[in-house]
Amino acid sequence: MRPDRITLDCLGEVCPMPVVRLSKVVAGAAPGTIVEVLSDDEGAKVDIPVWCRMKGQEFVGEEGRPRGWSFLVRVAKTP
Amino acid sequence: MLGCVKEIYLDYASTALPHPAGVQAAAEAATALFADPSRLYGPARRARIALDAARTAVAEAIGARPEEIVFTSGGTESCNLAIAGGARAARAARKPPRVVVSAVEHTAVLEAARALEADGFEVIVVPVDNAGTVDLGALRSALERGAGLVSLQQANNEIGTVQPVAEAARLARAAGALVHTDACMTVGNIPVSVTALGVDLLSASAHKFGGPRGVGFLWVRRGVRVRPVLLGDDRERHRRAGIENLPAIVGMAAALTARAGEIDGEIPRLHAMAEELRAGLVKAIPDLQIHGHPSERLPGLVSFSVLYVDGESLLLGLDAKGIAVHSGSSCTSSTSEPSHVLAAAGALTQGSIRVSLGRESTPEDVAEFLDALPPLVERQRRVARLDAEALARAEKEVR
Repeated sequence: MRPDRITLDCLGEVCPMPVVRLSKVVAGAAPGTIVEVLSDDEGAKVDIPVWCRMKGQEFVGEEGRPRGWSFLVRVAKTP
Repeated sequence: MLGCVKEIYLDYASTALPHPAGVQAAAEAATALFADPSRLYGPARRARIALDAARTAVAEAIGARPEEIVFTSGGTESCNLAIAGGARAARAARKPPRVVVSAVEHTAVLEAARALEADGFEVIVVPVDNAGTVDLGALRSALERGAGLVSLQQANNEIGTVQPVAEAARLARAAGALVHTDACMTVGNIPVSVTALGVDLLSASAHKFGGPRGVGFLWVRRGVRVRPVLLGDDRERHRRAGIENLPAIVGMAAALTARAGEIDGEIPRLHAMAEELRAGLVKAIPDLQIHGHPSERLPGLVSFSVLYVDGESLLLGLDAKGIAVHSGSSCTSSTSEPSHVLAAAGALTQGSIRVSLGRESTPEDVAEFLDALPPLVERQRRVARLDAEALARAEKEVR
């Protein structure tokens, strides 16, 4: 496990779990860490960027995967 | 009062509580006005007179002429007729086969527009901002190559944002397009004037303002053509075939007339209760997002989302306390997608709740809701935290 990148496998989990888990991981991560969330939840696709905006975190981008998407978030500060 | 839960109805935006004036008029018409208004005998003439009177009353309520009103089976049919009938008539008049709609239109508009694609039409969906307001700059760009029809709702049913219809209509008409507004949320709830809006077509639905279900109307500006969707006879000036649903039409007209006399007093009352509700929510629940435009919005509609919570579970918890509200989340029903309106506005979709107040809502209802929600949210957030910890532990074990 590299300290500057954490992958969170949320495939098969429905909302709000991907965002709940993302917030927990971000809370315990050092600033600058990249958190990658794997999710196939349509709600997460909308909510992860919104969560970043609400919490002052940086939404780096999303990428389509064979199953769902990969969302990248850079930890800006601890919430 | 064991086993007896007081019911609090806070879902007027889905369907309003029936207005007594409409119920009474419809009930009387159901027996007294049974005859077919198109026939030539006494009972038929009485039905015709009632139909004409209802048409006049409905027209007056929106500043229109009676002959411009087409009675329909409700908002969905009105919107379908406006989109399919308006776009086809525009194409027949050699206008571009292009339909422009906002991203937050009701599905009755969006699906009717999509269906036109199979018939060679191009559909352009115009985005909205975070308040849910249509992007007029994007609308202007969408109109650069001309269009046959533009459709923009007067107010959104999920987040309550009132759209700049008059400005959009000016842009659309300058580009030579017909303009439709879906006014299902506004007619009978806030003042609506077809002349002030400057549109060509306007859809309305009776049950949204306390009239009967299964009836509505499409206003068609004089001189504007729509291709009928329902075919058969020549009723409604060849624009909608099928015998008129007279009891419902009479009920709709009575409810709308009654609403015209009461909304001036009701609007400030609803705004005040909605403001109270918003302030109470923000105070009681952290990580809560209020949706819609801060000032340009429907008076009684409060739409918000609660972070880290599943909206449908909140609905169930509220229902157990006798409180009826709606949610735009789709957390538990994994097959459906979250609300297209919340997604288009970049609003949080999880934990979404829509509270819509109306004619019989009271400050006590608002207070009960404000008492009921915070403990439900707190419990759900606790459960979600525990679930997240369990999942994190399970993942570590796998590694």
